[in-house]
Amino acid sequence: MTLWQIIILASIACLLIKFAGYLVPPTLLHKPGPARIADLLTVALLAALIAVQTLGSGDAIVVDARVPAVLVAVVLFAIRVPFVLVVIAAALVAAGIRAL
Amino acid sequence: MAEGITEPAGEADLSRAVRAGLAVGLATAAYGISFGALAVSSGLDVWQASFLSLVMFSGGSQFALIGILAAGGSGAGPAAVASAALLGTRNGLYGMRTSPIVGPGRWKRMAAAWVTIDESAAVALAQSSPRARRAGFWVTGMAVFIGWNLTTLVGALIGDALGDTSAYGLDAAAAAAFVGLIWPRLKRIQAGAVAVAAAVVATALTPVLMPGLPVLVAALVAVVVGALNWLGTPEKDEPARTSSSGVAG
Repeated sequence: MTLWQIIILASIACLLIKFAGYLVPPTLLHKPGPARIADLLTVALLAALIAVQTLGSGDAIVVDARVPAVLVAVVLFAIRVPFVLVVIAAALVAAGIRAL
Repeated sequence: MAEGITEPAGEADLSRAVRAGLAVGLATAAYGISFGALAVSSGLDVWQASFLSLVMFSGGSQFALIGILAAGGSGAGPAAVASAALLGTRNGLYGMRTSPIVGPGRWKRMAAAWVTIDESAAVALAQSSPRARRAGFWVTGMAVFIGWNLTTLVGALIGDALGDTSAYGLDAAAAAAFVGLIWPRLKRIQAGAVAVAAAVVATALTPVLMPGLPVLVAALVAVVVGALNWLGTPEKDEPARTSSSGVAG
């Protein structure tokens, strides 16, 4: 495959998956079971993404400046600091540690 | 807009949703610079980086794709495509939740599906009224789409000059942004338990499975816990879940 073929194929696949989500009848989610699963799926995916983005580096687990940065973010969200300020603070913590 | 204390509750809801959407858009846009820069350093040209942000438009899938291409080149094409698609399946799941928020109309729904990603779904579902959910969805989706594409272009163009984007802490900022998105959902014990278990599963599987898969396997935690309703409330307590799904602060 050429680079362009890879990029176009992967992009169309991702787009079709998005469309598919809108073709599922919404009434499916009116039942408590599927609704609860869909709700928890979002939580699980976001939590897994946080873990992978904080600790993952390709297929390795790496503990680096991202860990204290995310912990700072957790504390700041807990004391209700606004979203943007927390994100900036996390970037500054990671950048600061790496600059040492 | 600025009616002070006489401001009706609905307007407060709405402006909170809009502000959340713009804030998320801003934070994600900043991260787009690092995507553009990384894409170029992975061997893509500016057009290819921009095409991904325009059409694929899903950060996780995009980073997975260029990460695998950087490691394996075009020979890793099938794995790169599979990873991007697998990581993109969650957008389909979000779509099932955001579809009723968007409402009818073919073109509107196609546009909505295009901008259905972690951020737009999370902001929309965190709002407490239908109007605020709709506003949160569109403002976030459009803000992230515009910001992400502009900064991808900028990042790709100046990527070489910028050097190592992790020196600016952009990777940590992205993780912190996801913490902010999940935060309002963790008030229930069931959701908190699922989050912790999913994070543990994804971390444990990262060295074992190809990039993209650990996140999807971790999602099975939600399917199991949700299907069996472990740590949950009794079934009859939740007849109107789509309108009050418990994620609102």
